[in-house]
Amino acid sequence: MPVEAPSADTLKAIYTRMWRIRLFEEQAEYQSSQGKVMGALHTYIGEEAVAVPVCAHLQDTDYITSTHRGHGHCIAKGADIKRMMAELFGRATGYCKGKGGSMHIADFTIGMLGANGIVAGGFGLATGAGWAAQLRKSGQVAVCFFGDGAANRGPFHENINIGAVWKLPVVYVCENNQYAQWTPQKDVTLVTDIANMAPAYGIPGVQVDGMDALAVYEAAGEAIARARRGEGPTLLECKTYRFHGHNFGDPQMYRSREEIADWADKRDPIKRLATHMQEAGILTDAEDQAIQQQVAADIQEAVRFAESSLYPTPDELHKDIYSYEYA
Amino acid sequence: MPKISMRDALRDALHEEMARDETIIVLGEDVIAHGGPYAVTRGIYEKYPERIRQTPISEAGIVGTALGAALCGMRPVAEIMYVDFITCAMDEVVNQMAKIRYMFGGQTDVPVVLRLPSGTARLIAAQHSQTLEAWFMHVPGLQVVVPSTPYDAKGLMKTALRGRDPVMFIEYKRLYTNEGEVPESEYTIPFGQADVKRAGQDVTIIATGPMVGKALEAAETLAAEGIEAEVIDPRTLVPLDKATIFASVHKTNRVIVSDEEVKRGGASAEIASLIAEECFDALDAPVKRVASANVPMPFSPELEKLVVPKAEHLVAAVRELVG
Repeated sequence: MPVEAPSADTLKAIYTRMWRIRLFEEQAEYQSSQGKVMGALHTYIGEEAVAVPVCAHLQDTDYITSTHRGHGHCIAKGADIKRMMAELFGRATGYCKGKGGSMHIADFTIGMLGANGIVAGGFGLATGAGWAAQLRKSGQVAVCFFGDGAANRGPFHENINIGAVWKLPVVYVCENNQYAQWTPQKDVTLVTDIANMAPAYGIPGVQVDGMDALAVYEAAGEAIARARRGEGPTLLECKTYRFHGHNFGDPQMYRSREEIADWADKRDPIKRLATHMQEAGILTDAEDQAIQQQVAADIQEAVRFAESSLYPTPDELHKDIYSYEYA
Repeated sequence: MPKISMRDALRDALHEEMARDETIIVLGEDVIAHGGPYAVTRGIYEKYPERIRQTPISEAGIVGTALGAALCGMRPVAEIMYVDFITCAMDEVVNQMAKIRYMFGGQTDVPVVLRLPSGTARLIAAQHSQTLEAWFMHVPGLQVVVPSTPYDAKGLMKTALRGRDPVMFIEYKRLYTNEGEVPESEYTIPFGQADVKRAGQDVTIIATGPMVGKALEAAETLAAEGIEAEVIDPRTLVPLDKATIFASVHKTNRVIVSDEEVKRGGASAEIASLIAEECFDALDAPVKRVASANVPMPFSPELEKLVVPKAEHLVAAVRELVG
């Protein structure tokens, strides 16, 4: 069943959201350099064409699980960037009241089941979310975003097998950015095409250029529709690239400047989508400028919101461990 | 009151709660075939075929999937065939299940019950005989429940199935066939409420799991010598009913803490420390622990029988304290 091509409005929404991720994270890195955002910061910059087109097929009632590189997934699913920025600043108005930080942003009201500091931590959550949806016959789907590094962990195998044999409405989306932290994928895996692992579980494996928002949109649309029809999971591999280091401050001695430039300058997914939309006559320079200015203004507002918010008070320390207070 | 086994009590709790709440679902290895290795899940498939899934041997997958379903409106009960196998799912237990409420700022309930058959049985050696309560107690966010009687097992399971937080439900395999009185009428037992299994004024024995029965046996022996032991079963280690424990210590001034765990770093160590910290002035003697030897469980019956404490060890320990 072919996926309908995205409308001009859908493409503009995708394009805008990709900019939201890009500028949110550039701002987060800047705030980190100023010492205002503390702790680990893993950016999604360069990978925007994966999460955004995938989530364009989802409703608030659908579920996603994420990774330690989770800002992009949050924004793609529609999270409030003010509360995200406040969380990075460690403030009480953040999504997690300042108890989570960059690696643990969640928004259960929109089915965003949390960024996850454990590589492969999302497989079980997404598989279980799919089980709940299947039991309710609700037509909901769950999308599990994970990296190439996670494919080398046990939960990848255990949960994809369960998802496959129970025919759960789950799409396992591999963001293959070719590096597990500092280690090149090819040094630790002979099968570098993760989609090729799908036949081992009896499910379809699909590989797509993860820098091409349109290609991802189409492939994800098919996989999600298949899941909603009750035909079970798909393993969708998106070949992509992390433009910045593993975390902010990573000196990146493990890869060459030329390699980074080759991806960042020639294959930027935002530029690529802009070019496509301009050629299709659905994005003028003025519209493009307006989108970027609006997103930048939203980010500035998010920073103001975060900076003007209070830190959590000491009484928060022992709250939320259980549904009742006990420490 | 009818007498039933702990296995039947647990099964009754599951059936009654599944009838009451359609979001309760069951998963685990072999839980449909023969009604599960311990027959606790027997009859569920016949009544609710959609609500029980027999899984592959994938403990990380079982716990992860249960957790995901719990975050999305269901109440999963997962059986881990032996508590020893939970080690294969410790990321899911420790980093995910225990922390999700806190690290996401209280956005979600995490109603997962993990049923964890524990302890020695039928000479099954080092990888099928462990007790790991202390591991779970060490992780904020987990609740640790250890019933010692069919009555407690049913009431605590019902509370677990109605709660909003993860439960590590320890089921001592040797107790499955033990019988006890269980009313047919509806009841639950709240977490954090210890039970005084026997009143006495000379010494307090705080015991969990199979050590509760042995403590009561020891108390009978001691009573014949004129020593009245109070036996307290905390029933839940997290949350722990410190008030009942401390009150008893203030009454008897002498305490033994006993469980089937390896003694080093065990649950008894935590309870003994709390008493030492908070009841020091009430103590007439050092707090003593009676727990298992610090060894992996050996296979040979001649060695295994040396590991887990018996009633006579409790009697000897009390005589030392009181004598």
